[in-house]
Amino acid sequence: MAEMDTSSGGGHKKGPGVKKSKKLSTRVDLTPMVDLGFLLITFFIFTTTMSQPTAMKLYLPKDADKPEDQNKAKQSGVITILLGKDDNVFYYEGILDNTASNFKSSTFKEIRSVLLDKKSRTPEKDLVVVLKPSEECTYKNVVDILDEMTINVLKRYALVDITKDETQLVKLSETANAAAPVK
Amino acid sequence: MGRAKLPRKSTNIDMTAMCDVAFLLLSFFILTTKFKPAEAIAVTTPNSVAAKIAESKDVVLITIDKDGKVFLSMDDESKKEVIANTLNTTRNLNLNVQAFKKAGFFGAPFSGLSAFLSIPEEARKGNSLTGIPSLDSTHNEIKEWMALVLSAYAGQKVNVQLKGDNASKYPAFKSVIDAFKKNDILKFQMITNPESVPTGTDLWKLGMKGEKRSD
Repeated sequence: MAEMDTSSGGGHKKGPGVKKSKKLSTRVDLTPMVDLGFLLITFFIFTTTMSQPTAMKLYLPKDADKPEDQNKAKQSGVITILLGKDDNVFYYEGILDNTASNFKSSTFKEIRSVLLDKKSRTPEKDLVVVLKPSEECTYKNVVDILDEMTINVLKRYALVDITKDETQLVKLSETANAAAPVK
Repeated sequence: MGRAKLPRKSTNIDMTAMCDVAFLLLSFFILTTKFKPAEAIAVTTPNSVAAKIAESKDVVLITIDKDGKVFLSMDDESKKEVIANTLNTTRNLNLNVQAFKKAGFFGAPFSGLSAFLSIPEEARKGNSLTGIPSLDSTHNEIKEWMALVLSAYAGQKVNVQLKGDNASKYPAFKSVIDAFKKNDILKFQMITNPESVPTGTDLWKLGMKGEKRSD
């Protein structure tokens, strides 16, 4: 290890009446100092931020004023995902029944398997995902569901306004979910 | 011949040089570390698997904080000057054009814009400002801001970016999107933190095969 030699040079002449001075070693071990040095370097290396924020592209459809202009989606290929508050996710396939029997609830973790299942059953040209966020859901929910579109390579999806009936249904299901927590 | 006397060499390595290098490296990092300035508007962006790095030129950034307040920032000072002059002539706001150009972001309704500009830069924090009003569909000022921005850019390419907080509610986001649609801005980017693609998913399989992503 690096050593500092600070021992006094030469011996004193032994004068009369002076006790013989013991020459003690004055070597300083600098190992801990270098350890500290490396710790500090490592700290600064790790806290240097170099990641840049990434950007997710979103394309909006032009508001179609005439119904004929809206893309006709085959009912069998459509799955609609509704986002409620507290990270609740609901979905249904095709058109909502009068009795809402096909209105199902899910979570962000499970929605991926639901989407993959739908994707495997539907021919690619018919598959459309309709995303309807409600007023209570957060920005994070919307970004997460758009991310799921990218992760599952679903090319056709649309961000659409939620209807009044669906808002009602979502509110009812949320209270039902809260009362009887799904395991 | 006598016994071969192997010269005994000292095995002490002098570590002074290594210590010097260590301190040089440390000094380098201490002097070149720049702490990120605390942002005036605190926003936690969500994570996403998007891989494109956000653009940094010709950017118009709309920020939505956790309470749903909307702020707008632009990086091109000449375009800001154009907008300030337009506002002064059309709305008679009597804005300080220099302060407008230097402002990092805007977070007040048109009527309160002069007051906003008179607050010193360090004191403009997202918590104390009201943001640009957007929630009323009849009174969506973001629509007017975007129209001003587009006319200032006069056909040149402008990158519209949206940076929303995780906790902000959907109505704020929707009002910004509506403002975009009314101005025919159909393509924009959302700022997110990068995250890796989950293994086993379709996107991951695309990456393994070496195909390019379509986003």
